Amino acid sequence: MQPDSLTFIFLNAFLINNFVLAMFLGICPFLGVSGKIKTAWNMGLAVIFVMLVSSMCAYGINAILVKYDLEFLRLISYIAVIASAVQLVEMTIKKFSPALFRTLGIFLPLITTNCAILGLALFQTNRSYDFLQCLAFSVGAGAGFTLALVLMAGLREKLELADVPDVSMGAALSLMLGGMLSLAFMGFAGLGG
Amino acid sequence: MVKDPRLPDPLSWQTFTTGLWKENPVFVMLLGLCPTLAVTNSAINALSMGLATTFVLVCSGVLVSLLRKVIPKQVRIASYIIIIATFVTMADYAIQAISLDIYKALGAFIQLIVVNCIILGRAEAYASKNPVSNAFINALGMGVGFTFALLCLGMVREVLGMGSLFGVHLFGPAFQPWAVFVLPPGGFFVLAFWLWLFAVARKRTARAQPATKEVADAA
Amino acid sequence: MSEQSPIAPPPGPGSLRLIVSLGLIAMISGLFIVLSVQLTREKIAHNKQVALEKAIFAVLPDATQVVKYKLDESGLVQLPNEATDANLYAGYNAAGHLAGLAMEGSARGYQDVVKVLYGYSLEKEAIIGMTVLESTETPGLGDRANNDPEFHGNFKNLDASLTGDGSAVANPIVTVKNGKKEHPWQIDGISGATVTSTAVGNGIRESTNRLLPLLHQYQGSLVENLNP
Repeated sequence: MQPDSLTFIFLNAFLINNFVLAMFLGICPFLGVSGKIKTAWNMGLAVIFVMLVSSMCAYGINAILVKYDLEFLRLISYIAVIASAVQLVEMTIKKFSPALFRTLGIFLPLITTNCAILGLALFQTNRSYDFLQCLAFSVGAGAGFTLALVLMAGLREKLELADVPDVSMGAALSLMLGGMLSLAFMGFAGLGG
Repeated sequence: MVKDPRLPDPLSWQTFTTGLWKENPVFVMLLGLCPTLAVTNSAINALSMGLATTFVLVCSGVLVSLLRKVIPKQVRIASYIIIIATFVTMADYAIQAISLDIYKALGAFIQLIVVNCIILGRAEAYASKNPVSNAFINALGMGVGFTFALLCLGMVREVLGMGSLFGVHLFGPAFQPWAVFVLPPGGFFVLAFWLWLFAVARKRTARAQPATKEVADAA
Repeated sequence: MSEQSPIAPPPGPGSLRLIVSLGLIAMISGLFIVLSVQLTREKIAHNKQVALEKAIFAVLPDATQVVKYKLDESGLVQLPNEATDANLYAGYNAAGHLAGLAMEGSARGYQDVVKVLYGYSLEKEAIIGMTVLESTETPGLGDRANNDPEFHGNFKNLDASLTGDGSAVANPIVTVKNGKKEHPWQIDGISGATVTSTAVGNGIRESTNRLLPLLHQYQGSLVENLNP
């Protein structure tokens, strides 16, 4: 498989270099919102959606900045654009689909500070992906984030019934689980090669 | 800026040590875990990341505190983000100028300092309500606390995963490195271990009563 | 994190005040950024040049100076020193003679893309050096592609000669299993890091197959001697 083919970019972001488990992007929601499978799933959907939108915005912005030789403003423009894009998405959903807003609504403000979104924008710029590749990358990254979150939530739902020493409750235990998942995901290396 | 009902904290040793121990951003508040896990595969990366974050923390803390009477409440988050992004861009260029190797090793995580919740959290919760000197000392304490936490992880991971510390090989050629520790899972495991250690330590301290508090603060 | 959105409806001060203060912040930030860009520009350019030269000198042992070129279907063009879109680097020795050419290749490795730089000698029609520019391969296994002396021995004189009419590489470069190397165009893989050593081979093969015939065609535009 060619390193710049759409399938490879998608698989790479989805499984091999999973955004959460291999690149450590979006750890905060990974630990915070992974208590229940249902919430994890909704959060994941919101992230996929925002990733798609902000990836497209970032692609446009970068094209403009490169044209006028203003690369040093990249970071500021990205963060400003992502924050406004999230607000815009929030308002649009609220107006046109109140049901969807109730599902995703509370997660949208949280997503603005999710480093996976800014990370996606920065990585696609670093690797100079074209527009289609950006789309494949953002969908893969979002799907990978959702997968990690849902897997983690499933494990934690089971773990609630287990008898764990009280000092290792909470974050330490979640991180241990994260480590196990990350170890398992290492098995995807070399996939499709 | 509306008048804050709370008086500014008096400047004291406590202003500094808070971030170091009692409210350590990583071990106690669990903030900024993404860079903590991602760039701590060697001690030197951990140190550079810690210093870069400290720089951004201190500079943005001071500037936010200076402008705390000027920034209207409605646009404060937007202003803070612009200020933080400015200093991150500066740090990004400074690191490129100092060493390209470190810049490559840290990758996009330098620019991701922008979304590190520690910095926005400090700006919002402390710097916007306190005078410049307090904001400076407090941010410095937080930065040192963060760097300390990164070093804790980076050193353990480098020694176990590569058999070296700051690039100096510690063991003979017969040492078989435990490679999983420099790989992503190792980050999770080592942080889990430190959190567990701190949880045990805190439990001991709580049981042994305030007598040990002085010791902990001095540490 | 505060839940308050940055563009909440303004109940207090008028929007003019908000715009003015945001503008003030933006001005301060612009000042700081431009200042730091100006201060660091030269140093960064210098660092990048040093890093590039270090990599090129590693694959072209005799070289002491570098000139950048861009090679594609339309021809071979010499680029200024600060150009960023070069894909061919010509190394010259101390006397100013062409010592060899360095080119990049990349292929998919075990974890992610492996990017290599290799040196090519026009006289020998062979690859004379290789270094890994970027890889995130497993420490202790895949990263041996960058520091295993035996593996690097493969690239001291790796045949990449062209067919008679110069339209293709006669024997495309290929990585074989450790200890199975029989021909001068084969790379002896690292046992335990098969995927990574194959990726290095694939990257070089893909790059030589594409660039070397072009190079043969436009070889005339290369400067043979820097100080004639």
